[in-house]
Amino acid sequence: MKNKLKVLRAERDWTQADLADALEVSRQTVNAIETGKYDPSLPLAFKLSRLFKLTIEEIFEYEENGS
Amino acid sequence: MEKQMTKTTDWKSKMNQQTISLAKWTFAWVLTIALATFGPTFIWESNAWISFTAILISFGIGLGMILANIRHLNTQDELMRRIHLESMGLSLGIGVVGGLSYSMLDSSNVISSNAEIGHLVMLMAITYLISVILKVKKYK
Repeated sequence: MKNKLKVLRAERDWTQADLADALEVSRQTVNAIETGKYDPSLPLAFKLSRLFKLTIEEIFEYEENGS
Repeated sequence: MEKQMTKTTDWKSKMNQQTISLAKWTFAWVLTIALATFGPTFIWESNAWISFTAILISFGIGLGMILANIRHLNTQDELMRRIHLESMGLSLGIGVVGGLSYSMLDSSNVISSNAEIGHLVMLMAITYLISVILKVKKYK
């Protein structure tokens, strides 16, 4: 699954640690999501959606053959 | 964002508390195991009732350690929880398959030594440890 997390974070001038703190996850988790190594759970996707004030579809793009 | 930072500090301190709690329970369990194992030989000269009490205490503290482990797992974030659960699944699988194979090697006299439960515990612990390290590295 592709995502715009890195761009959205950069637009707000947040570090991975800032975002991790806001989401109550580790910095490693934020990095794994950004690099596409890990797909977040639905509750975490909703947290991201609320934090960035965007819909989940605006943050994440589902790929048929992706992970 | 400030409110969220306070919540995060709560989450992090809760996670640290649970990690310390798990460490204390694990240390206590190891101590009671050592006491129940070596006590009959070196302290109370094979008194069956004292041995039974020591084993019962060890069992009770072991249960406490299991609960502390569950609480610790529940305070982890979702990626770490996934890493730990996958590692637990792997170590359980390796434990069952490896343990049964080891037992069959013993019962069919392919190996000269007796199959010890301690070897199985070591196999599972090492599998768990290696799996956690590799998975943490994978998601880095």
